[in-house]
Amino acid sequence: MEFLNYAFMQRALLAAALVGVTAPAVGIYLVQRRQALMGDGIGHVAMTGVGLGFLLSTSPVWMATAVAVVGAVAMELIRWYGKTRGDIALAMLFYGGMAGGVMLINIAPGGSNANLSSYLFGSLSTVSDDDVTAICLLAAFVVLVTVGLRRQLFAVSQDEEFARVTGLPVRALNLLTAVTAAVTVTVAMRVVGLLLVSALMVVPVAAAQQLTRSFAATFAIAVAIGISVTLGGTVTSYYQDVPPGATIVLLTIGVFIVLTLLATPLARRRARASAARDAACTADVPGARGTADEVTV
Amino acid sequence: MADARTEPVISLRAVTAELGGRPVLRGIDLTVARGEVVALLGANGSGKSTAVRTVIGQVPVTGGAVEIFGTPRRRFRDWARVGYVPQRTTAAGGVPATVTEVVTSGRLSRARFGVLRKADRAAVTDALEQVGMADRAKDSVSALSGGQHQRVLIARALVSEPELLIMDEPMAGVDLASQEVLAATLRHQVEQGASVLLVLHELGPLEPLIDRAVVLRDGCVLHDGPPPKAVGQHALPGHDHVHPHDADAAPVRTGLLT
Ligand SMILES: Nc1ncnc2c1ncn2[C@@H]1O[C@H](COP(=O)(O)OP(=O)(O)O)[C@@H](O)[C@H]1O
Ligand SMILES: [Mg+2]
Repeated sequence: MEFLNYAFMQRALLAAALVGVTAPAVGIYLVQRRQALMGDGIGHVAMTGVGLGFLLSTSPVWMATAVAVVGAVAMELIRWYGKTRGDIALAMLFYGGMAGGVMLINIAPGGSNANLSSYLFGSLSTVSDDDVTAICLLAAFVVLVTVGLRRQLFAVSQDEEFARVTGLPVRALNLLTAVTAAVTVTVAMRVVGLLLVSALMVVPVAAAQQLTRSFAATFAIAVAIGISVTLGGTVTSYYQDVPPGATIVLLTIGVFIVLTLLATPLARRRARASAARDAACTADVPGARGTADEVTV
Repeated sequence: MADARTEPVISLRAVTAELGGRPVLRGIDLTVARGEVVALLGANGSGKSTAVRTVIGQVPVTGGAVEIFGTPRRRFRDWARVGYVPQRTTAAGGVPATVTEVVTSGRLSRARFGVLRKADRAAVTDALEQVGMADRAKDSVSALSGGQHQRVLIARALVSEPELLIMDEPMAGVDLASQEVLAATLRHQVEQGASVLLVLHELGPLEPLIDRAVVLRDGCVLHDGPPPKAVGQHALPGHDHVHPHDADAAPVRTGLLT
């Protein structure tokens, strides 16, 4: 535990834990809407923000947040209004954002693709005090939204059309989800990097699903997995001198595989139990079937 | 008060709507009076779901007027009075959810800030009992059959204790046991005074409940009046249902559709 004596490791662990909480907390809603790769798209767009941060000599984290939010809102607007060419428009946004980032950082005085690389793949040792402050504030926002509005976000992500009839402000909630995802991307950027951030939004949720039947349990287990792998990966990268982002993502995939193997017998037992119950339920059906046959034939 | 009782709960006047730049509704009139059960019939693609979606605001109208409980749709806020069962085309979301979680989301129109009280939880249990799914409350919705899933969606519509039920093909892909449960549930709701707009492909076991039928063809109202009789139904233009015994006869098509 001697790593706890280093200020940079304290910062790194705090940032990692916050990423472990926020990424799956937002990711679960993206997975529920079947937009699992949205985080990846936002990550690409955020690169332009990092580039702008270097060019204007301001904080890359805040610039990335601003650009990612704009990009996420644009993606949501394309989803509403973009008809058949929606996917092409998204591709332009993603690759334009990535190319813009590479271009800006090369133009920036003293900037090079080496700077960019720490944002692409994460770099714990360079997390500054300012970064940690920004990450704490952004993470607080993400937790407030994803936990505080969980019932509303669940309803909108499960069935948008139905949610409208409960009087929920569907468009506002969709935009809020997009903005929250964008904020999460920049929270995670320093730890796992922009290119790997989406993995931490999606894989813990997929892993948790192997064990669960309810949304609430999936949420809790996904966050628990998220914290475990981000802290575990950070400590591993300290001892083994391996890149933290890649370590964390590989650990997460490892957890997914282990849980999938463990869950197979569990799922089989559940299927058998519910099959038995269904058989019992149909005991009174034969009479009903007889009358209905007369109607349809 | 007398006004509120005679006012139609749903009123569409000369409503037009487009999807993907193509006119789908070409000026339809549709009313549902208080306590009335109206069936909306027509071939696939005739605009039944689109008509229903203009009522709930999912599809914008390009002309005409939509009113719910006498209030223009845009200004209507009292959604707890409306229960909606969407047409099931896709399965559930990408994350597991229990029957209780799904039904609870229907209660959000009453639990404004998502805070559930005792009454809300009781309403969830009650709605599940009405559709005979209380014993599956903790199961994942993905483990249910099509008919059971549909019963859950109906419980989700009932849980806000609505006065108006809008159901889009509630019987499609539903096994016979569930059909009977659904018919009984609906009968109970009608007895309690609910008004109902039902999109149906065929009248089936719900026939005795239906007061009036509106038949759409190609985005226009073709018939508005007494429900067609079970046999007469086949004579309706726009009915393209192919029975096994007349599979080689060409189905009656609406012509203009394609
Ligand atoms: N999202 C959409 N974009 C373009 N056309 C659509 C869309 N949804 C439905 N349509 C078309 O609108 C017409 C009416 O559809 P719909 O109201 O779903 O019919 P019904 O419910 O009577 O089967 C159909 O021709 C269908 O192809
Ligand atoms: Mg339809």
